[in-house]
Amino acid sequence: MAIVEAPQQLTVPEPALPESTPMGVFRRPTSTTGWRSWVTTIDHKKIGKMYGFMSIIFFIVGGVEALLIRTQLATPNGTLLSAQVYNEVFTMHGTTMIFLVVMPLGVAFMNYFIPLQIGARDVAFPRLNAFGFWTFLSGGIILNSSFLLGGAPDNGWYNYAPNSLVVYSPTHGVDFWTVGLLTTGLASLVTAINIIATVINMRAPGMTWFKLPVFTWMSLVGQFMLLFAIPVLTAAQFMLLFDRRFGANYFEVAQGADPLLWQHLFWIFGHPEVYIMIMPAFGMTSDIIPVFSRKPLFGYKVMVLSGIAIGFLGWGVWAHHMFTSGMGPVSVAAFAVASMTIAIPTGVKIFNWMATMWRGQIRFTTAMLFVIGMFTMFTLGGVSGITHAVSPADTQQHDTYYIVAHFHYVLFGGAFLAFMGAFYYWWPKMFGHKLSEKVGHWNFWLMMIGFNLTFGPQHILGLQGMPRRVYTYLPGYGWELWNLVSTIGSYLLALSVLLFIINVVVSRRKAHAAGQFSCEPDPWDARTLEWTVSSPPPEFDFYEIPEVHDLDEAWHRKYAEDENGRLVRIAKMEDVMDSPNGKTPHMPSPSYWPIVAAFSVMLIGYGIIFNLALCAVGVFLLFLSTVAWGVEPSTEEDVPPAEPPTPDSGETGAAREIHEVGANV
Amino acid sequence: MSDVAIARDAPGHGSHDEVHDPYPGLSSNTSTGVSHAKMGMWIFLASDCLLFGAFISAYLLYNGRAQQGPTPGDVINIPFTSTSTFVLLMSSLTMVLAVSSAHRGDERRLRLWLVTTAILGASFIAGQAYEFQTMVQEGLGYTTNIFGSSFYSLTGFHGVHVTIGIIMLLILLGMSLRGRLPKAKAEVVEVIGLYWHFVDVVWIVIFTVVYLIHK
Repeated sequence: MAIVEAPQQLTVPEPALPESTPMGVFRRPTSTTGWRSWVTTIDHKKIGKMYGFMSIIFFIVGGVEALLIRTQLATPNGTLLSAQVYNEVFTMHGTTMIFLVVMPLGVAFMNYFIPLQIGARDVAFPRLNAFGFWTFLSGGIILNSSFLLGGAPDNGWYNYAPNSLVVYSPTHGVDFWTVGLLTTGLASLVTAINIIATVINMRAPGMTWFKLPVFTWMSLVGQFMLLFAIPVLTAAQFMLLFDRRFGANYFEVAQGADPLLWQHLFWIFGHPEVYIMIMPAFGMTSDIIPVFSRKPLFGYKVMVLSGIAIGFLGWGVWAHHMFTSGMGPVSVAAFAVASMTIAIPTGVKIFNWMATMWRGQIRFTTAMLFVIGMFTMFTLGGVSGITHAVSPADTQQHDTYYIVAHFHYVLFGGAFLAFMGAFYYWWPKMFGHKLSEKVGHWNFWLMMIGFNLTFGPQHILGLQGMPRRVYTYLPGYGWELWNLVSTIGSYLLALSVLLFIINVVVSRRKAHAAGQFSCEPDPWDARTLEWTVSSPPPEFDFYEIPEVHDLDEAWHRKYAEDENGRLVRIAKMEDVMDSPNGKTPHMPSPSYWPIVAAFSVMLIGYGIIFNLALCAVGVFLLFLSTVAWGVEPSTEEDVPPAEPPTPDSGETGAAREIHEVGANV
Repeated sequence: MSDVAIARDAPGHGSHDEVHDPYPGLSSNTSTGVSHAKMGMWIFLASDCLLFGAFISAYLLYNGRAQQGPTPGDVINIPFTSTSTFVLLMSSLTMVLAVSSAHRGDERRLRLWLVTTAILGASFIAGQAYEFQTMVQEGLGYTTNIFGSSFYSLTGFHGVHVTIGIIMLLILLGMSLRGRLPKAKAEVVEVIGLYWHFVDVVWIVIFTVVYLIHK
C-alpha cells in the first residue's frame, strides 16, 4: 500500500493517567503478516475473511456428507452406509450446514462490510469479535471431532428429546452435539452483541436509521433475533446435557416429564433461526439488485419495515413444526394462521425486488444472476412453505421428502445463492481483483441446474410418501427414478462448487501474476459506502470518517440530476473516494487473549464430555485469560501503527520511537 | 473485567483523529451518546432474560408434576429464603452507593461499598449452599424427581450468575486498590452494576415463582 503517506505522530501529550504498566504475561503481539497476525488479529476484515474461509471448509465437509447421503439413496437397498452411520451423516450434514456454514458465512460478510457500510473503522468490541470467531471454530472442531472420538450425533440436527437420552443414544454423539453447539452459541451471542452495538453506536455522522444500507439493516434484524433465540437453545441444551451427564429428569417421561418441552424450546429457537439465516441474504439481494439495475431500491422504507415485521412475526410461528405432535386444534389453528401471515412481508420483498428491476438497465453479471436465482428459488421454497402452513396438508407432508425439498429451496436456493452472489459482488473489494465472470456464468448455470435436479424431484418423492431420514428403501414404490435424478443433480451441484473454488484460485493467480493486488474502488458503479474506500480497504477503513448526506451515499457522490431530471455523472469515484489525508488513525492492538479464552472454552467442552478435571483446567485458564484481557489496555502505546511506513519516507521504527518519546517529554 | 468492552476511536463526530481517547470503550462520543460498554451490557442482559425465561418456563411447566416426593411444600423454607432475598436486595442498594462513589471519584467509599456488595452477595450464596444442603438431607437430590432437577437447575444458574458478579466486584476492588479505577473510568463500575441489578431483579421473579406460588 504505497499510497499511504508517512504517518504523522500524535503530538497531543498523554492525559495524566494513573501509572499503568502493561500486565500481560507475554509481550503484546505485533506481527502484521504471517500466521501470527491472523491468530492475534482483531481487525474486523481479517476476522471476516477467516469466518468466510472456515465456512467454506465446513461447507466442503457438509457437502461430502450430502454426497454420501445421496449416493446411499441413489438406488434401492443401498449398501454404502449402515443405518447407524447414515444417521450420523445426515445429522452432521444438517448441523454443519446450519451452524457452521450458513450462519458464519452471514457473519463473515457482516463482519467485513457492516463497519464499511456504516462508516466506522471497526466493530464496537474488536477483541470480543476475535473471541467470537475462535469460539465458533472451537465449536466446529468439537462437533466434527465426534467422528473420531467414538461416534457422531445420530438424532438429526433437532435432536428431539427423549429420543436423544442415553437410553436411546448411548454413544457420546449427542454430548458432542450439545457441547459443540453451546460453544458456537456462545460465539453467536458475543457476535450478536457486537454487531448490534456496532450498528446502533458507530454510524458515521449523518447516517440516520433510514440511510442505512439494507444489508446492514437486515443483518441487524437477524442479529436481534439471534440475540433472543440463542439463549433459549442454550437453556434447552443445558437441560439435555444435565439429563445425559448428571441424571437430571427434564426429559424423563417416566418421572412425569413432558416430551413436548424439548420440541417447544428447540423450535422457539429453531424457527427464528431460519430467519436469522435468511435475513443477511435478503439484505445482500437488496443491495446487489439496485446496483446492477442502475435504479434505487424500490420502496426502501417498506423493504426495511417488512424485514422488521418478519423479525417480529418470526417469533409467533414456531409450533408449525409440531402440527402432528398432538398439541390440540386451537394451537394448530393459531400457528397455521400466524405462519401464513409471514408470507405478506416476504411477498412485499419479492415484489419490491422485481419492481427495482422493472425498466432498469440490467447488467447480468454473475452476482446479479445469483441474486435473481436467489429470489426465484426462494419464492418456490416460499410457495411450498405456504402448503406447510395449511395444517391439514402438512399432516400429509410431515416427515416426508417434501419438507426436505422445501427447506433446501429456502436455505440453499435462498440463503446460499445470495451468499454466492455476495462473493462475486464483494470479491474485488475484499481481495483487489474480480473473480472471472466467464467462469462465474458457468458456475451459476451449473449450480442452478444441479440444485433444481437435486431438490426438485424431492417434492415428488415426498408427495409419493417417501419418508425423511430413512437410510434405504425397497424397490417397487416408484421412488427409483427420482432418487437417481436427485443423486445425479447433487453431483452436478458438487461440480459447481468445485468450479467456484477453481475460479477463486485461478482468478487470484492471474491477478497476482499480472501484479494486480488492488483494483479500482468502485468496479460495479455501486451505491453504498464500502465502495468509497480503496480495494482492498486500508487497515483502518477510513482516513476520514465520512459525512453521510443521502441514502446510497456513494451513488450521490457520483451522479446528480440535470435541469431536465436526467441522470448525469458529476464525478469519478476515484475523485470523491476516501483518500489519504496525512493521518494514520490509531487502531487497537492485536491480542493473544481472545484465542486463549476460546481455547479454554474448548477445553471445558471436552472436559464436560470426558473428564470433569479437564473442565477445572479450562475454567482456570478461562479466568486467567479474561482477567488478562480485562487489564490489558485496548491499544498499546509503544506499538507502531500497523501500516508500515513507505520505504521512501525514511522513517523507521526507531525514529518513530524517538518521535514518541519526544512527544511525551 | 475492566474494559472487556473495549472499543476503538469512537466514530468521530469531528475530532476523532486528533484526540487519543484513553478509554475508548467508555467514550460517550457515539451515535447514541451511550458508551459501547454500557450498550453492550444492556444488549447482553436482554439476551440473558431469555435464558432465565426458558428455565423458569420449564420449572412452571413441571410444577406439581413430580411423580414422587419430596415436593416443594416439603422442603421449601420461606422465612429463611426471605431473609437471604432481603440480603441480596440490599446489595443492590450498596451497589448504587458504589456507583455513586465512583462517579464522585471517592475511591475510599467506592472500595467500602464494593466490599459490602460482595459480602452481601456472598452471604446470599452461602445461604443458597446451606439451603441446598438441607434439602439434600431431607431427601431432595438433583436426580430425585423433576422438581429437584428443575429447581436446582434454575436456582443454580442464578447462583452462578451471582458468583460471577462477586468475582467481577472483587476484580473492580483489586483495580481500585492498584489505582486503576479513576473517576474517568467510573462507568466500568456502573456497567458491572447493571449486571448486578439484573441478577437481583431476576431473583425477585424466581423467588415469587418458586417460593411463593409453589404447589
